[in-house]
Amino acid sequence: MHDKTIAELAADLRDGKVSSVELTGHYLRRIESLDNRLNSLITVTAEQALETARAADAARARGEAGPLTGVPIVHKDIFCTDGVRTSCGSRMLDNFISPYDAGVVERFKAAGCPVLGKTNMDEFAMGSSNETSYYGPVNNPWDTQRVPGGSSGGSAAAVAARLAPGATGTDTGGSIRQPAALTGITGLKPTYGRVSRWGMIAFASSLDQGGPMARTAEDCGLMLNVMAGFDERDSTSLERPAEDFNARLNTTLKGLRIGLPREFFGEGMDPGVARVIDEAIDFYKKLGAEFVEVALPHSGLSVPVYYVVAPAECSSNLARFDGVRYGYRCEDPKDLMDLYMRSRGEGFGPEVQRRIMVGTYALSAGYFDAYYLKAQKIRRLIADDFRQAFEQVDVILAPTTPTTAFRLGEKTADPVTMYLSDVYTIAVNLAGLPAMSLPAGFSQGLPVGMQLIGNYFDEARLLGVAHQYQLGTEWHQMAPAGFE
Amino acid sequence: MEWETVIGLEIHAQLSTKSKIFSGASTAYGAEPNTQACAVDLGLPGVLPVLNREAVGMAVRFGLAIGAPIAPRSIFARKNYFYPDLPKGYQISQYELPVVGRGQVEIELEDGESRTIGVTRAHLEEDAGKSLHEDYHGMTGVDLNRAGTPLLEIVSEPDMRSAREAVAYMKKIHALVRYLEICDGNMQEGSFRCDANVSVRRKGTEKFGTRAEIKNLNSFRFLERAINFEVERQIDILEGGGAVVQETRLFDPDKGETRSMRSKEEANDYRYFPDPDLLPLDIEPAFIEQVRGSLPELPDEKKHRFMSDHGLSAYDAGVLTASREMAEYFEQVAAAVEGQAKLAANWVMGELAGALNREGREITDSPVSAEALGGLLRRIQDNTISGKIAKEVFEAMWAGEGDADQVIEHKGLKQITDTGAIEQVIDQVIADNPSQLEQYRSGKDKLFGFFVGQVMKRTGGKANPAQVNDLLKQKLS
Repeated sequence: MHDKTIAELAADLRDGKVSSVELTGHYLRRIESLDNRLNSLITVTAEQALETARAADAARARGEAGPLTGVPIVHKDIFCTDGVRTSCGSRMLDNFISPYDAGVVERFKAAGCPVLGKTNMDEFAMGSSNETSYYGPVNNPWDTQRVPGGSSGGSAAAVAARLAPGATGTDTGGSIRQPAALTGITGLKPTYGRVSRWGMIAFASSLDQGGPMARTAEDCGLMLNVMAGFDERDSTSLERPAEDFNARLNTTLKGLRIGLPREFFGEGMDPGVARVIDEAIDFYKKLGAEFVEVALPHSGLSVPVYYVVAPAECSSNLARFDGVRYGYRCEDPKDLMDLYMRSRGEGFGPEVQRRIMVGTYALSAGYFDAYYLKAQKIRRLIADDFRQAFEQVDVILAPTTPTTAFRLGEKTADPVTMYLSDVYTIAVNLAGLPAMSLPAGFSQGLPVGMQLIGNYFDEARLLGVAHQYQLGTEWHQMAPAGFE
Repeated sequence: MEWETVIGLEIHAQLSTKSKIFSGASTAYGAEPNTQACAVDLGLPGVLPVLNREAVGMAVRFGLAIGAPIAPRSIFARKNYFYPDLPKGYQISQYELPVVGRGQVEIELEDGESRTIGVTRAHLEEDAGKSLHEDYHGMTGVDLNRAGTPLLEIVSEPDMRSAREAVAYMKKIHALVRYLEICDGNMQEGSFRCDANVSVRRKGTEKFGTRAEIKNLNSFRFLERAINFEVERQIDILEGGGAVVQETRLFDPDKGETRSMRSKEEANDYRYFPDPDLLPLDIEPAFIEQVRGSLPELPDEKKHRFMSDHGLSAYDAGVLTASREMAEYFEQVAAAVEGQAKLAANWVMGELAGALNREGREITDSPVSAEALGGLLRRIQDNTISGKIAKEVFEAMWAGEGDADQVIEHKGLKQITDTGAIEQVIDQVIADNPSQLEQYRSGKDKLFGFFVGQVMKRTGGKANPAQVNDLLKQKLS
């Protein structure tokens, strides 16, 4: 049952082959027996999930089921969930029971999807390996000595290990695509503004975007159909006509112009990854796509720009965690300053503290122009690069990550090395574009991800391009040993 | 050594929107602590701000009223600092691009002179909550009802040269925001308050002295006292050979002095940057025109109309237009006694203002309504009573003894205008005072007043004074 995709499960539910209660129970049992090897979930919400499943079955019996009614999912623990702990992977919010639902959570509720639990993540989504979580690292199901990537590492591992057919994630600098690549699943970061940020705990507001993580492009489209949409509570939410993101799954790729950014194929890329991407290019050529080399001359600056903009915004976004109203508060504060310093010093882990300090510095009087303002200018240049590239091509293809999953602890000592694992994903966030990662093969037994980048609002085209690849390949169907 | 004072004010006017500037919670004053603070106001994880359109309209109203340009695009920025009553750890304000640009207002001084004060800018921002230090057994309570209340911060140029000018300017802005109905102006509740930047320099020099900023002054009187104290303090320091320190100071109304709160070195680095949760605020010209079309008559326009339509002096017109309520009251009274606006003005500024002052009442709370006062003045106009008797009637009306006609009737104060009756009294007075008559006729003109007095006395003041004059002149000649 758990080897099926969301589309297949939805069909089985529709055809009465399985009930949501059975399905939900099955996944909950898998979580119970297998997640001790992965640590992909922070909180399991079995009771609520079964309750929703019963309601979903009842709705179906009344003829009121929607496309995904009864399909269980998991939410990244960054999405506020009414009545459930929403920790954001941090000690700071270990005791925080959200009194409200995030926009994304509301939408899956309305769609009738039982929520199995909340997934592990890098603390406040700051990390590329899921090792900064207060709840401990997540293990990659393909090799439990390795990281699943981050920050949506729990969501990625849970989907890869078939503990859930789909998961929500968020992507600020690659946090959906990089773990999707490292765990061999499909993940989509939509155009900035597609998915409401209401109730999605902010890391870097101008970059954060929620998106689906599942095994196939088609499943991501089904989930995005639920997640996307205007939300008046989020001023950066886009007001767009409703759209079926799977409408172009079967569009032919004949004549499709695919751009290859030369800057993404340079040094630092693992030869195994390069080989897999070359094979994918050959595959698309056979489908009739044309390849064009494009230039993204400023993309080399995206990592430094990102590590000014994102920490700057985070230093301000995380100021609310002060021990005053909710969340972690230190024992016996002796005065206000002590309350602030110890609550934040003890409540936040080292990576979060590092970014708050970097961001505070970048915004300080005397440094603002040199760092923040300069970074914003380069950000515009990066977006311009993409704009020019999309005048020549329909989509851009690149590796998602320079390497496959690395070992736990391998990069924790050197933050800069860790930051470079997002070198191919960050520019997309700075430009606000949609992009996805899909499994394209293996290198030494570990999954390799291919990245497809689209123009603004071009999610449906991206999903179609990915779907055509998945129709002719089986990489997305591979299950890690022990989790088949 | 002659010193010159330089003052600039930052006025915070709480906008009277129904809901907060970035959330749907109510802005009503006086609710139980934290009952008017929603998830957004509490700064819960994941919440986002959405700008209140009504607040923008109010800022535009103000901008148009001071002749300032409205920015087609303005930006909300975060002002970052930690404080327990600042839930998000930053205040959403406007920094580099405010919604209202440079404008100006005219102020009138008591000597009748007027001055123009520049308004540098006005911007929208959210208020913080309140820290409560009492009744919490050594702890601090936080009330976030006020958090997120919309404020318009109105920043003046350093154009004022005395505490009196500063007060006149603050009063002018106070009147303006109330005319515009964008702020209730309630200073006790903190809806209208200001920070004063005060410095002194030697007369004739260009360069400004080092300034101190006096925070949170919530009455005109405190503003005046605080500035006067501060000016003395700074002059004393400078004359003693010292230097003024740039710092933030607080005014203690009980002691009548300012004291240091924090120095420039201890000042926060607010790390302003554009708020990524809010898009730039774009204001369409059509919206501005719509707001312009809804503007009421403003104090200066009203003042000039009072001068031209009612023939009032600049001073009277200025006093009567100082508040919208006063102006409306006056216009109602003036309408009741057409052609005698001066009479109406004198009564509103004289008897009425005196009585209100005496009891510390607002004009909206006057026991004598504009309609009732108009009724009284009509009785002066039609000679039913004299001006002098009218004062007596007014006091009775104030005390709740009925309208003018009832009081006149009840107290028998109706003026005697029957020529025969007045002549009769005059004849008696002349007959009873033969020696005065003789002196008068032999050239002692001053005694005319004596005869008037006698007649008025015998009629209980009710005889029509003009008729008494005329008839006496005839009889005595």
